[in-house]
Amino acid sequence: MSADVGTELPEQVFRVTRADLVRYAGASGDFNPIHWSDRVATSVGLPGVIAHGMFTMALAGRAVTAWTGDPAALVGYQVRFGRPVVVPDDDEGAEVTVRGTVGALLDDGLARVDLTVTSGGEKVLSLARATVRLP
Amino acid sequence: MALDRALVGRSYPPSAVYEVGRAKLAEFAAAIGSDDPVHTDADAARAAGHPDVIAPPTFAITVTLAAAMVVLDDPDVGIDYSRVVHGEQRFTHHRPIRAGDRLVATTTIDAARSVAGNDLLTARVDLTTEDGEAVCTSLSMLVARGNEGETA
Repeated sequence: MSADVGTELPEQVFRVTRADLVRYAGASGDFNPIHWSDRVATSVGLPGVIAHGMFTMALAGRAVTAWTGDPAALVGYQVRFGRPVVVPDDDEGAEVTVRGTVGALLDDGLARVDLTVTSGGEKVLSLARATVRLP
Repeated sequence: MALDRALVGRSYPPSAVYEVGRAKLAEFAAAIGSDDPVHTDADAARAAGHPDVIAPPTFAITVTLAAAMVVLDDPDVGIDYSRVVHGEQRFTHHRPIRAGDRLVATTTIDAARSVAGNDLLTARVDLTTEDGEAVCTSLSMLVARGNEGETA
């Protein structure tokens, strides 16, 4: 893995269905009904069921650790949840696309990766940055 | 309701011990679609230099966000849980969480402010082992929406 400033990570596209949200709810313990009930989601003004922000963050993290080859190399990670990922109740679900670029080389063998995470052409995370330990 | 800035720095008693199990880590890794064997296969984890299987980087939230809820239960904070959304999340991993860890979470209010009718509260959760070894620091910004129907 090369890590000069400007190096682009391989783009990753993740498909997210309602079944994925149910599985993530169970594994994470986040049972907020806006992630599984259209009735509740629309009652609070959402267009429909949305993905857990932390699920989207986890997917973007996978794009980084797929690149580093080592989940332990991701030592710092931050995102702002800008816009919800709306997940329709069908077999297609939603698509989340993750792109990343090495933004800076830091001290102590670390690098900052700047992430662009979109769904339906809109940015869903902002200020998404990972700090990775280079091999 | 505007948040009282005097809340910044308030700390809560440490959580009960959370014991990290291999099955839970495997369940979480499957839920985020990660098939890296360091999450599920102790031999693969040891070959990568870890004492046991390790957690995916965002697994920490399952412990830290539950711990941070102590803030919303504080009557001085006065935030209605049903209005709360997760605005920002930041992790600093001092080392990977691994199976067998006995973790204790200590929550502190790191920031509190009100912007445009929304209350923004940042909960810092320090995850350590029972013996005090630093494992992860989590900052979760929670947004209590002032107007129904507005999403953050």
